[in-house]
Amino acid sequence: MNLHAVKSIYYFEMARAWRTLFQSLISPVISTCLYFIVFGSAIGSRINDIDGVSYGAFIVPGLIMLSLLTESISNASFGIYLPRFTGTIYEVLSAPVSHVEITIGYVGAAASKSVVLGCIILATAGLFVPIEIAHPLWMLAFMILTAVSFSLFGFIIGIWADGFERLQIIPLVIVTPLAFLGGTFYSIDMLPPMWRTITLFNPVVYLVSGFRWSFYENADVDVALSLAMIGLFLTACMITVSWIFKTGYRLKP
Amino acid sequence: MDDAISIRQLSKRYDSGFEALKHVDLDIRRGEIFALLGPNGAGKTTLIGCVCGIVRPTGGTIVVNGHDAATAYRQTRAEIGLVPQELTTDAFETVWNTVTFSRGLFGKPRDDAHIRRTLESLSLLDKRDDRIMSLSGGMKRRLLIAKALSHEPSILFLDEPTAGVDVELRQEMWRIVRELRRAGVTIILTTHYIEEAEEMADRVGVINHGELILVEEKTELMHKLGKKQMSLELTEQLQSIPDALNRYQLELIDDGNVLVYTYDTHGARTGITPLLQELNEAGIRFRDIHTTQSTLEDIFVSLVKSPP
Repeated sequence: MNLHAVKSIYYFEMARAWRTLFQSLISPVISTCLYFIVFGSAIGSRINDIDGVSYGAFIVPGLIMLSLLTESISNASFGIYLPRFTGTIYEVLSAPVSHVEITIGYVGAAASKSVVLGCIILATAGLFVPIEIAHPLWMLAFMILTAVSFSLFGFIIGIWADGFERLQIIPLVIVTPLAFLGGTFYSIDMLPPMWRTITLFNPVVYLVSGFRWSFYENADVDVALSLAMIGLFLTACMITVSWIFKTGYRLKP
Repeated sequence: MDDAISIRQLSKRYDSGFEALKHVDLDIRRGEIFALLGPNGAGKTTLIGCVCGIVRPTGGTIVVNGHDAATAYRQTRAEIGLVPQELTTDAFETVWNTVTFSRGLFGKPRDDAHIRRTLESLSLLDKRDDRIMSLSGGMKRRLLIAKALSHEPSILFLDEPTAGVDVELRQEMWRIVRELRRAGVTIILTTHYIEEAEEMADRVGVINHGELILVEEKTELMHKLGKKQMSLELTEQLQSIPDALNRYQLELIDDGNVLVYTYDTHGARTGITPLLQELNEAGIRFRDIHTTQSTLEDIFVSLVKSPP
Protein backbone atom coordinates (compact mmCIF):
# COMPACT_ATOMS: atom_id res chain seq x y z
CA MET A 1 0.00 0.00 0.00
CA ASN A 2 1.45 3.34 -1.07
CA LEU A 3 0.20 5.28 1.94
CA HIS A 4 2.25 8.33 1.05
CA ALA A 5 0.40 8.56 -2.23
CA VAL A 6 -3.04 8.15 -0.67
CA LYS A 7 -2.18 10.83 1.85
CA SER A 8 -0.82 13.11 -0.87
CA ILE A 9 -3.96 12.87 -2.99
CA TYR A 10 -6.18 13.22 0.05
CA TYR A 11 -4.43 16.31 1.42
CA PHE A 12 -4.16 17.82 -2.02
CA GLU A 13 -7.92 17.50 -2.50
CA MET A 14 -8.65 18.81 0.99
CA ALA A 15 -6.35 21.76 0.35
CA ARG A 16 -8.32 22.51 -2.78
CA ALA A 17 -11.49 22.65 -0.69
CA TRP A 18 -9.76 24.94 1.76
CA ARG A 19 -8.81 27.30 -1.04
CA THR A 20 -12.33 27.29 -2.37
CA LEU A 21 -13.84 27.39 1.08
CA PHE A 22 -16.62 29.66 0.00
CA GLN A 23 -18.22 27.39 -2.55
CA SER A 24 -17.22 24.25 -0.71
CA LEU A 25 -18.87 25.06 2.57
CA ILE A 26 -20.51 28.45 2.74
CA SER A 27 -22.83 28.25 -0.23
CA PRO A 28 -24.44 24.89 0.72
CA VAL A 29 -24.88 26.20 4.25
CA ILE A 30 -26.58 29.33 2.95
CA SER A 31 -28.92 27.40 0.69
CA THR A 32 -29.82 25.06 3.56
CA CYS A 33 -30.58 28.05 5.78
CA LEU A 34 -32.90 29.32 3.07
CA TYR A 35 -34.74 25.98 3.01
CA PHE A 36 -35.18 26.19 6.77
CA ILE A 37 -36.47 29.72 6.68
CA VAL A 38 -38.92 28.99 3.86
CA PHE A 39 -40.02 25.42 4.53
CA GLY A 40 -39.19 25.09 8.16
CA SER A 41 -40.30 28.40 9.66
CA ALA A 42 -42.57 30.16 7.17
CA ILE A 43 -44.54 27.31 5.62
CA GLY A 44 -43.72 24.72 8.25
CA SER A 45 -45.52 26.64 10.98
CA ARG A 46 -48.80 25.93 9.14
CA ILE A 47 -48.14 22.24 8.65
CA ASN A 48 -49.15 19.68 11.23
CA ASP A 49 -46.61 17.51 13.00
CA ILE A 50 -45.64 14.42 11.07
CA ASP A 51 -45.53 11.28 13.24
CA GLY A 52 -45.20 13.50 16.28
CA VAL A 53 -42.28 15.49 14.85
CA SER A 54 -42.65 19.18 14.01
CA TYR A 55 -42.34 19.86 10.29
CA GLY A 56 -39.24 22.00 10.77
CA ALA A 57 -37.46 19.18 12.57
CA PHE A 58 -38.90 16.58 10.19
CA ILE A 59 -37.16 18.02 7.16
CA VAL A 60 -33.71 18.24 8.83
CA PRO A 61 -32.51 14.75 7.90
CA GLY A 62 -33.86 15.12 4.37
CA LEU A 63 -32.11 18.44 3.89
CA ILE A 64 -28.82 17.07 5.17
CA MET A 65 -29.19 14.12 2.81
CA LEU A 66 -29.94 16.47 -0.07
CA SER A 67 -26.73 18.41 0.56
CA LEU A 68 -24.77 15.23 1.20
CA LEU A 69 -25.83 13.77 -2.16
CA THR A 70 -25.25 16.82 -4.28
CA GLU A 71 -22.02 17.84 -2.57
CA SER A 72 -20.54 14.34 -2.63
CA ILE A 73 -21.23 14.07 -6.33
CA SER A 74 -20.00 17.52 -7.23
CA ASN A 75 -16.88 17.32 -5.04
CA ALA A 76 -15.79 13.94 -6.30
CA SER A 77 -16.68 14.52 -9.93
CA PHE A 78 -14.89 17.83 -9.99
CA GLY A 79 -11.92 16.41 -8.08
CA ILE A 80 -11.14 13.85 -10.77
CA TYR A 81 -12.43 15.82 -13.75
CA LEU A 82 -10.20 18.83 -13.09
CA PRO A 83 -6.86 16.97 -13.45
CA ARG A 84 -8.27 15.23 -16.52
CA PHE A 85 -9.20 18.58 -17.95
CA THR A 86 -5.90 20.31 -17.17
CA GLY A 87 -3.84 17.24 -18.00
CA THR A 88 -2.19 16.89 -14.60
CA ILE A 89 -3.75 13.42 -14.36
CA TYR A 90 -0.63 12.14 -16.17
CA GLU A 91 1.23 12.32 -12.90
CA VAL A 92 -1.25 10.22 -10.97
CA LEU A 93 -1.39 7.66 -13.77
CA SER A 94 2.40 7.41 -13.99
CA ALA A 95 2.86 7.12 -10.22
CA PRO A 96 3.37 3.82 -8.42
CA VAL A 97 -0.17 3.83 -7.08
CA SER A 98 -2.84 1.20 -7.45
CA HIS A 99 -6.35 1.92 -8.64
CA VAL A 100 -7.66 1.33 -5.16
CA GLU A 101 -5.25 3.90 -3.75
CA ILE A 102 -6.21 6.52 -6.32
CA THR A 103 -9.88 5.92 -5.55
CA ILE A 104 -9.37 6.05 -1.79
CA GLY A 105 -7.51 9.35 -2.11
CA TYR A 106 -10.04 11.12 -4.29
CA VAL A 107 -13.23 9.56 -2.98
CA GLY A 108 -12.03 9.71 0.61
CA ALA A 109 -11.40 13.43 0.34
CA ALA A 110 -14.74 14.12 -1.33
CA ALA A 111 -16.61 12.04 1.23
CA SER A 112 -14.78 13.72 4.12
CA LYS A 113 -15.78 17.11 2.84
CA SER A 114 -19.41 16.02 2.55
CA VAL A 115 -19.47 14.59 6.05
CA VAL A 116 -17.98 17.79 7.47
CA LEU A 117 -20.56 19.73 5.51
CA GLY A 118 -23.35 17.46 6.77
CA CYS A 119 -22.28 18.10 10.36
CA ILE A 120 -22.16 21.84 9.74
CA ILE A 121 -25.64 21.79 8.25
CA LEU A 122 -26.83 19.75 11.20
CA ALA A 123 -25.40 22.35 13.57
CA THR A 124 -26.94 25.13 11.49
CA ALA A 125 -30.31 23.39 11.61
CA GLY A 126 -29.99 23.25 15.38
CA LEU A 127 -30.22 27.04 15.38
CA PHE A 128 -33.66 26.91 13.77
CA VAL A 129 -35.34 23.88 15.27
CA PRO A 130 -34.73 21.68 18.30
CA ILE A 131 -33.13 18.47 17.11
CA GLU A 132 -32.82 15.22 18.94
CA ILE A 133 -30.84 12.34 17.59
CA ALA A 134 -32.03 8.96 18.78
CA HIS A 135 -29.14 6.96 17.33
CA PRO A 136 -26.14 9.25 16.84
CA LEU A 137 -23.84 6.42 15.77
CA TRP A 138 -26.30 5.15 13.21
CA MET A 139 -26.78 8.69 12.02
CA LEU A 140 -23.06 9.03 11.49
CA ALA A 141 -22.93 5.64 9.82
CA PHE A 142 -25.69 6.61 7.38
CA MET A 143 -23.95 9.88 6.73
CA ILE A 144 -20.59 8.30 5.99
CA LEU A 145 -22.05 5.47 3.92
CA THR A 146 -24.06 7.90 1.83
CA ALA A 147 -21.11 10.26 1.43
CA VAL A 148 -18.81 7.45 0.33
CA SER A 149 -21.35 5.89 -2.05
CA PHE A 150 -22.23 9.13 -3.76
CA SER A 151 -18.66 10.32 -3.87
CA LEU A 152 -17.88 7.12 -5.72
CA PHE A 153 -20.80 7.88 -8.00
CA GLY A 154 -19.43 11.39 -8.53
CA PHE A 155 -15.98 9.94 -9.23
CA ILE A 156 -17.54 7.84 -11.99
CA ILE A 157 -19.28 10.89 -13.42
CA GLY A 158 -16.03 12.85 -13.30
CA ILE A 159 -14.32 10.15 -15.35
CA TRP A 160 -17.23 9.76 -17.74
CA ALA A 161 -17.70 13.47 -18.34
CA ASP A 162 -15.95 14.94 -21.35
CA GLY A 163 -16.99 18.52 -20.75
CA PHE A 164 -18.15 20.78 -17.98
CA GLU A 165 -21.73 20.49 -19.21
CA ARG A 166 -21.75 16.75 -18.71
CA LEU A 167 -20.28 17.23 -15.27
CA GLN A 168 -23.40 19.16 -14.30
CA ILE A 169 -26.03 17.23 -16.15
CA ILE A 170 -26.37 14.11 -14.01
CA PRO A 171 -26.59 15.99 -10.69
CA LEU A 172 -29.04 18.44 -12.21
CA VAL A 173 -31.25 16.17 -14.25
CA ILE A 174 -31.25 13.02 -12.18
CA VAL A 175 -30.00 13.51 -8.64
CA THR A 176 -31.83 16.70 -7.69
CA PRO A 177 -35.25 15.41 -8.85
CA LEU A 178 -34.67 12.07 -7.14
CA ALA A 179 -33.66 13.87 -3.96
CA PHE A 180 -36.66 16.19 -4.02
CA LEU A 181 -39.04 13.33 -4.77
CA GLY A 182 -37.35 11.04 -2.29
CA GLY A 183 -39.21 12.19 0.78
CA THR A 184 -36.94 15.05 1.72
CA PHE A 185 -39.82 17.37 2.51
CA TYR A 186 -42.57 14.82 3.20
CA SER A 187 -43.22 11.34 4.42
CA ILE A 188 -44.03 9.04 1.53
CA ASP A 189 -47.00 7.82 3.58
CA MET A 190 -48.58 11.13 2.65
CA LEU A 191 -48.66 10.14 -1.02
CA PRO A 192 -51.55 8.39 -2.81
CA PRO A 193 -50.93 4.61 -2.98
CA MET A 194 -49.92 4.57 -6.63
CA TRP A 195 -47.31 7.28 -6.21
CA ARG A 196 -46.11 5.61 -3.08
CA THR A 197 -45.36 2.45 -5.06
CA ILE A 198 -43.60 4.41 -7.75
CA THR A 199 -41.55 6.28 -5.18
CA LEU A 200 -40.23 3.01 -3.83
CA PHE A 201 -38.12 2.73 -6.97
CA ASN A 202 -36.33 5.91 -6.00
CA PRO A 203 -33.12 4.96 -4.17
CA VAL A 204 -33.02 8.27 -2.33
CA VAL A 205 -36.18 7.28 -0.44
CA TYR A 206 -34.19 4.60 1.37
CA LEU A 207 -31.38 6.97 2.25
CA VAL A 208 -33.65 9.66 3.64
CA SER A 209 -35.86 7.16 5.42
CA GLY A 210 -32.96 5.40 7.12
CA PHE A 211 -31.33 8.67 8.02
CA ARG A 212 -34.55 10.05 9.44
CA TRP A 213 -34.98 6.89 11.48
CA SER A 214 -31.61 7.54 13.16
CA PHE A 215 -33.04 10.90 14.29
CA TYR A 216 -36.64 10.25 15.18
CA GLU A 217 -37.01 6.46 15.05
CA ASN A 218 -39.71 6.62 12.44
CA ALA A 219 -39.11 5.49 8.92
CA ASP A 220 -40.97 5.09 5.65
CA VAL A 221 -39.26 1.80 4.95
CA ASP A 222 -37.47 -0.76 7.09
CA VAL A 223 -34.06 0.41 8.30
CA ALA A 224 -32.46 -2.87 7.25
CA LEU A 225 -33.81 -2.30 3.76
CA SER A 226 -32.33 1.22 3.78
CA LEU A 227 -28.94 -0.15 4.70
CA ALA A 228 -29.23 -2.88 2.11
CA MET A 229 -30.05 -0.36 -0.60
CA ILE A 230 -27.08 1.84 0.27
CA GLY A 231 -24.90 -1.27 0.29
CA LEU A 232 -26.25 -2.25 -3.11
CA PHE A 233 -25.57 1.18 -4.57
CA LEU A 234 -22.09 1.23 -3.03
CA THR A 235 -21.32 -2.17 -4.51
CA ALA A 236 -22.58 -1.13 -7.93
CA CYS A 237 -20.35 1.95 -7.85
CA MET A 238 -17.33 -0.06 -6.74
CA ILE A 239 -17.84 -2.55 -9.54
CA THR A 240 -18.11 0.31 -12.04
CA VAL A 241 -14.94 1.97 -10.74
CA SER A 242 -12.97 -1.26 -10.90
CA TRP A 243 -14.23 -1.76 -14.47
CA ILE A 244 -13.08 1.77 -15.32
CA PHE A 245 -9.58 1.12 -14.09
CA LYS A 246 -9.42 -2.34 -15.60
CA THR A 247 -10.32 -1.12 -19.06
CA GLY A 248 -8.63 2.26 -18.71
CA TYR A 249 -11.94 3.85 -19.74
CA ARG A 250 -11.34 7.54 -20.45
CA LEU A 251 -8.21 7.46 -18.28
CA LYS A 252 -5.67 5.41 -20.18
CA PRO A 253 -5.85 5.02 -23.93
CA MET B 1 21.70 -6.52 -16.66
CA ASP B 2 23.17 -3.18 -17.49
CA ASP B 3 20.22 -1.76 -19.35
CA ALA B 4 18.03 0.71 -17.53
CA ILE B 5 15.12 -0.05 -19.81
CA SER B 6 14.60 -3.01 -22.05
CA ILE B 7 11.67 -2.94 -24.46
CA ARG B 8 10.68 -5.96 -26.52
CA GLN B 9 8.10 -6.15 -29.30
CA LEU B 10 6.19 -3.22 -27.88
CA SER B 11 2.99 -2.54 -29.78
CA LYS B 12 0.15 -0.15 -29.33
CA ARG B 13 -3.01 -0.10 -31.36
CA TYR B 14 -5.50 2.56 -30.33
CA ASP B 15 -9.21 1.84 -30.28
CA SER B 16 -9.53 3.79 -33.48
CA GLY B 17 -7.39 1.11 -35.12
CA PHE B 18 -4.40 3.39 -35.43
CA GLU B 19 -1.14 1.55 -34.87
CA ALA B 20 1.04 3.96 -32.93
CA LEU B 21 3.80 1.45 -32.19
CA LYS B 22 4.72 -1.60 -34.23
CA HIS B 23 6.85 -4.22 -32.46
CA VAL B 24 9.42 -1.83 -31.09
CA ASP B 25 12.63 -3.25 -29.58
CA LEU B 26 14.77 -0.80 -27.66
CA ASP B 27 17.38 -0.96 -24.92
CA ILE B 28 18.31 2.13 -22.96
CA ARG B 29 21.73 1.90 -21.30
CA ARG B 30 22.18 3.00 -17.76
CA GLY B 31 23.43 6.54 -17.44
CA GLU B 32 23.15 7.54 -21.07
CA ILE B 33 21.28 10.33 -22.76
CA PHE B 34 19.11 8.79 -25.42
CA ALA B 35 17.39 10.99 -27.95
CA LEU B 36 14.30 9.69 -29.63
CA LEU B 37 13.81 11.54 -32.85
CA GLY B 38 10.79 11.52 -35.04
CA PRO B 39 8.30 13.73 -36.78
CA ASN B 40 4.98 14.60 -35.15
CA GLY B 41 2.77 11.58 -34.71
CA ALA B 42 5.64 9.12 -35.11
CA GLY B 43 4.91 7.40 -31.79
CA LYS B 44 7.40 9.10 -29.47
CA THR B 45 4.89 10.13 -26.83
CA THR B 46 3.05 6.82 -27.07
CA LEU B 47 6.32 4.98 -26.45
CA ILE B 48 7.00 7.09 -23.36
CA GLY B 49 3.39 6.68 -22.23
CA CYS B 50 3.72 2.91 -22.40
CA VAL B 51 6.86 2.86 -20.27
CA CYS B 52 5.44 5.30 -17.73
CA GLY B 53 2.05 3.63 -17.40
CA ILE B 54 -0.08 6.27 -19.06
CA VAL B 55 -0.82 4.24 -22.15
CA ARG B 56 -1.76 0.57 -22.07
CA PRO B 57 0.37 -1.37 -24.55
CA THR B 58 -1.40 -3.93 -26.70
CA GLY B 59 1.65 -6.14 -26.92
CA GLY B 60 5.22 -6.65 -25.85
CA THR B 61 7.14 -6.26 -22.62
CA ILE B 62 8.89 -3.42 -20.85
CA VAL B 63 11.54 -4.15 -18.25
CA VAL B 64 12.83 -1.30 -16.10
CA ASN B 65 15.85 -1.98 -13.90
CA GLY B 66 15.05 -5.67 -14.04
CA HIS B 67 11.37 -5.28 -13.14
CA ASP B 68 8.49 -5.91 -15.50
CA ALA B 69 6.50 -2.70 -15.96
CA ALA B 70 3.20 -4.55 -16.20
CA THR B 71 3.45 -6.75 -13.13
CA ALA B 72 5.89 -4.85 -10.92
CA TYR B 73 4.61 -1.40 -11.77
CA ARG B 74 5.28 -0.07 -8.29
CA GLN B 75 9.00 -0.74 -8.59
CA THR B 76 9.31 0.45 -12.18
CA ARG B 77 7.31 3.64 -11.85
CA ALA B 78 9.10 4.63 -8.65
CA GLU B 79 12.31 4.58 -10.71
CA ILE B 80 10.95 6.86 -13.42
CA GLY B 81 10.34 10.57 -13.56
CA LEU B 82 8.30 12.01 -16.42
CA VAL B 83 8.32 15.54 -17.75
CA PRO B 84 5.36 15.82 -20.10
CA GLN B 85 5.26 17.71 -23.33
CA GLU B 86 2.45 20.03 -22.35
CA LEU B 87 2.82 22.50 -19.51
CA THR B 88 0.19 20.82 -17.39
CA THR B 89 0.10 22.28 -13.90
CA ASP B 90 -2.37 23.08 -11.18
CA ALA B 91 -2.57 26.81 -11.66
CA PHE B 92 -3.69 27.60 -8.13
CA GLU B 93 -1.15 25.51 -6.26
CA THR B 94 2.12 26.86 -4.95
CA VAL B 95 5.43 25.62 -6.30
CA TRP B 96 6.39 24.03 -3.01
CA ASN B 97 3.10 22.21 -2.53
CA THR B 98 2.97 20.76 -5.99
CA VAL B 99 6.51 19.37 -5.77
CA THR B 100 5.82 17.97 -2.31
CA PHE B 101 2.65 16.39 -3.69
CA SER B 102 4.62 14.70 -6.45
CA ARG B 103 7.10 13.21 -4.02
CA GLY B 104 4.35 11.78 -1.85
CA LEU B 105 2.49 10.47 -4.86
CA PHE B 106 5.54 8.45 -5.82
CA GLY B 107 5.61 6.89 -2.39
CA LYS B 108 8.51 8.74 -0.85
CA PRO B 109 8.37 10.13 2.68
CA ARG B 110 8.49 13.86 3.04
CA ASP B 111 11.99 15.29 2.62
CA ASP B 112 12.08 19.07 2.63
CA ALA B 113 15.85 19.16 2.20
CA HIS B 114 15.64 17.24 -1.06
CA ILE B 115 12.82 19.39 -2.39
CA ARG B 116 14.85 22.46 -1.47
CA ARG B 117 17.90 21.17 -3.31
CA THR B 118 15.84 20.25 -6.35
CA LEU B 119 14.19 23.66 -6.51
CA GLU B 120 17.51 25.34 -5.98
CA SER B 121 19.20 23.46 -8.81
CA LEU B 122 16.39 24.56 -11.09
CA SER B 123 16.51 28.18 -9.88
CA LEU B 124 13.02 27.95 -8.46
CA LEU B 125 13.73 28.21 -4.76
CA ASP B 126 12.80 31.87 -4.48
CA LYS B 127 9.51 31.08 -6.21
CA ARG B 128 8.54 28.30 -3.82
CA ASP B 129 5.59 30.13 -2.27
CA ASP B 130 4.33 31.55 -5.54
CA ARG B 131 1.29 30.20 -7.25
CA ILE B 132 2.07 28.30 -10.43
CA MET B 133 -0.15 30.56 -12.50
CA SER B 134 2.22 33.45 -11.79
CA LEU B 135 5.21 31.63 -13.29
CA SER B 136 6.55 32.19 -16.78
CA GLY B 137 6.53 29.41 -19.35
CA GLY B 138 10.18 28.64 -18.75
CA MET B 139 9.68 28.43 -15.01
CA LYS B 140 6.71 26.13 -15.49
CA ARG B 141 8.88 23.88 -17.62
CA ARG B 142 11.50 23.80 -14.87
CA LEU B 143 8.79 23.18 -12.31
CA LEU B 144 7.67 20.11 -14.22
CA ILE B 145 11.26 18.88 -14.11
CA ALA B 146 11.35 19.55 -10.37
CA LYS B 147 8.17 17.54 -9.95
CA ALA B 148 9.62 14.70 -11.99
CA LEU B 149 12.80 14.73 -9.88
CA SER B 150 11.03 15.06 -6.55
CA HIS B 151 11.11 11.33 -5.88
CA GLU B 152 14.75 10.87 -6.89
CA PRO B 153 14.18 8.76 -9.98
CA SER B 154 17.08 6.99 -11.70
CA ILE B 155 15.46 7.39 -15.12
CA LEU B 156 14.06 10.62 -16.48
CA PHE B 157 11.84 11.01 -19.52
CA LEU B 158 11.74 14.42 -21.11
CA ASP B 159 9.04 14.66 -23.72
CA GLU B 160 10.01 17.50 -26.02
CA PRO B 161 11.66 19.54 -23.27
CA THR B 162 12.45 22.45 -25.54
CA ALA B 163 9.37 22.59 -27.73
CA GLY B 164 8.37 26.22 -28.10
CA VAL B 165 11.18 27.41 -25.87
CA ASP B 166 13.46 30.31 -26.69
CA VAL B 167 17.15 29.84 -27.42
CA GLU B 168 18.38 30.94 -24.03
CA LEU B 169 16.02 28.67 -22.22
CA ARG B 170 16.88 25.80 -24.49
CA GLN B 171 20.51 26.11 -23.58
CA GLU B 172 19.60 26.24 -19.94
CA MET B 173 17.58 23.08 -20.42
CA TRP B 174 20.60 21.41 -21.97
CA ARG B 175 22.71 22.48 -19.01
CA ILE B 176 20.18 20.98 -16.61
CA VAL B 177 20.09 17.72 -18.53
CA ARG B 178 23.87 17.47 -18.55
CA GLU B 179 23.98 18.05 -14.81
CA LEU B 180 21.45 15.31 -14.30
CA ARG B 181 23.49 12.91 -16.36
CA ARG B 182 26.53 13.75 -14.27
CA ALA B 183 24.46 12.86 -11.24
CA GLY B 184 23.93 9.44 -12.79
CA VAL B 185 20.39 9.81 -14.10
CA THR B 186 19.52 7.97 -17.30
CA ILE B 187 17.79 10.38 -19.64
CA ILE B 188 15.50 9.70 -22.53
CA LEU B 189 14.40 12.75 -24.42
CA THR B 190 12.17 13.07 -27.40
CA THR B 191 12.58 15.90 -29.76
CA HIS B 192 12.07 16.94 -33.27
CA TYR B 193 14.86 19.45 -33.01
CA ILE B 194 17.80 17.66 -34.51
CA GLU B 195 20.31 20.04 -33.02
CA GLU B 196 19.12 19.00 -29.63
CA ALA B 197 19.96 15.37 -30.25
CA GLU B 198 23.18 16.38 -31.89
CA GLU B 199 24.12 18.57 -28.97
CA MET B 200 23.21 16.25 -26.15
CA ALA B 201 22.62 12.65 -26.98
CA ASP B 202 24.97 9.72 -26.60
CA ARG B 203 22.74 7.62 -28.77
CA VAL B 204 19.97 8.45 -31.17
CA GLY B 205 16.90 6.49 -32.09
CA VAL B 206 14.76 7.47 -35.03
CA ILE B 207 11.11 6.54 -34.97
CA ASN B 208 8.65 6.97 -37.79
CA HIS B 209 5.16 5.56 -38.33
CA GLY B 210 5.47 3.61 -35.08
CA GLU B 211 8.61 1.81 -36.12
CA LEU B 212 12.06 2.30 -34.75
CA ILE B 213 14.01 2.64 -37.95
CA LEU B 214 17.41 3.15 -36.43
CA VAL B 215 19.30 3.16 -33.14
CA GLU B 216 22.88 4.25 -33.23
CA GLU B 217 25.65 5.98 -31.34
CA LYS B 218 25.34 9.59 -32.32
CA THR B 219 28.93 9.96 -33.46
CA GLU B 220 28.78 6.63 -35.27
CA LEU B 221 25.58 7.64 -36.96
CA MET B 222 26.94 10.91 -38.12
CA HIS B 223 30.10 9.25 -39.22
CA LYS B 224 28.34 6.50 -41.07
CA LEU B 225 25.75 8.52 -42.80
CA GLY B 226 27.68 11.74 -42.75
CA LYS B 227 28.43 13.22 -46.10
CA LYS B 228 30.85 16.04 -46.44
CA GLN B 229 30.70 18.73 -49.00
CA MET B 230 33.61 20.72 -50.29
CA SER B 231 32.76 24.03 -51.91
CA LEU B 232 35.23 25.73 -54.17
CA GLU B 233 34.76 29.42 -54.83
CA LEU B 234 36.00 29.99 -58.33
CA THR B 235 37.94 33.01 -59.40
CA GLU B 236 36.27 32.96 -62.80
CA GLN B 237 32.72 32.03 -63.64
CA LEU B 238 32.38 28.62 -65.24
CA GLN B 239 29.76 27.90 -67.92
CA SER B 240 29.79 24.13 -67.55
CA ILE B 241 31.74 21.40 -65.87
CA PRO B 242 34.40 19.93 -68.15
CA ASP B 243 33.61 16.35 -69.22
CA ALA B 244 36.93 15.20 -67.86
CA LEU B 245 35.64 15.81 -64.35
CA ASN B 246 32.41 13.85 -64.82
CA ARG B 247 33.40 11.02 -62.49
CA TYR B 248 33.43 13.40 -59.51
CA GLN B 249 29.73 14.24 -59.96
CA LEU B 250 30.34 17.88 -59.27
CA GLU B 251 27.65 20.49 -58.95
CA LEU B 252 27.90 23.96 -60.28
CA ILE B 253 25.96 26.51 -58.27
CA ASP B 254 25.68 30.27 -57.77
CA ASP B 255 25.68 31.07 -61.48
CA GLY B 256 28.80 29.02 -62.04
CA ASN B 257 30.79 30.67 -59.28
CA VAL B 258 30.87 27.75 -56.85
CA LEU B 259 31.76 24.16 -57.51
CA VAL B 260 30.50 21.61 -54.99
CA TYR B 261 31.98 18.19 -54.43
CA THR B 262 30.17 15.73 -52.21
CA TYR B 263 32.19 12.90 -50.73
CA ASP B 264 31.93 10.23 -48.13
CA THR B 265 34.13 10.75 -45.10
CA HIS B 266 33.87 7.07 -44.36
CA GLY B 267 35.44 6.03 -47.65
CA ALA B 268 39.09 5.01 -47.77
CA ARG B 269 39.70 7.59 -50.43
CA THR B 270 37.83 10.81 -50.49
CA GLY B 271 39.09 11.73 -53.93
CA ILE B 272 40.04 15.22 -52.91
CA THR B 273 43.65 15.09 -53.99
CA PRO B 274 43.05 13.87 -57.55
CA LEU B 275 40.15 16.28 -57.94
CA LEU B 276 42.21 19.28 -56.98
CA GLN B 277 44.97 18.10 -59.26
CA GLU B 278 42.65 17.67 -62.20
CA LEU B 279 41.05 21.04 -61.59
CA ASN B 280 44.48 22.53 -61.69
CA GLU B 281 45.24 20.75 -64.92
CA ALA B 282 41.97 21.94 -66.43
CA GLY B 283 42.99 25.47 -65.56
CA ILE B 284 40.18 26.06 -63.12
CA ARG B 285 41.36 28.43 -60.40
CA PHE B 286 39.69 28.94 -57.10
CA ARG B 287 40.16 31.47 -54.34
CA ASP B 288 38.55 29.71 -51.40
CA ILE B 289 37.68 26.25 -50.17
CA HIS B 290 35.44 25.26 -47.35
CA THR B 291 33.91 22.00 -46.25
CA THR B 292 30.65 21.27 -44.45
CA GLN B 293 29.55 18.10 -42.78
CA SER B 294 25.93 17.07 -43.17
CA THR B 295 24.03 17.50 -39.94
CA LEU B 296 21.89 15.01 -38.15
CA GLU B 297 19.01 16.90 -39.65
CA ASP B 298 20.01 15.93 -43.17
CA ILE B 299 20.46 12.36 -42.07
CA PHE B 300 17.13 12.42 -40.35
CA VAL B 301 15.26 13.88 -43.27
CA SER B 302 16.75 11.32 -45.61
CA LEU B 303 15.79 8.51 -43.22
CA VAL B 304 12.25 9.65 -42.65
CA LYS B 305 11.60 10.41 -46.29
CA SER B 306 12.81 7.09 -47.60
CA PRO B 307 10.38 4.21 -47.13
CA PRO B 308 11.48 1.80 -44.37
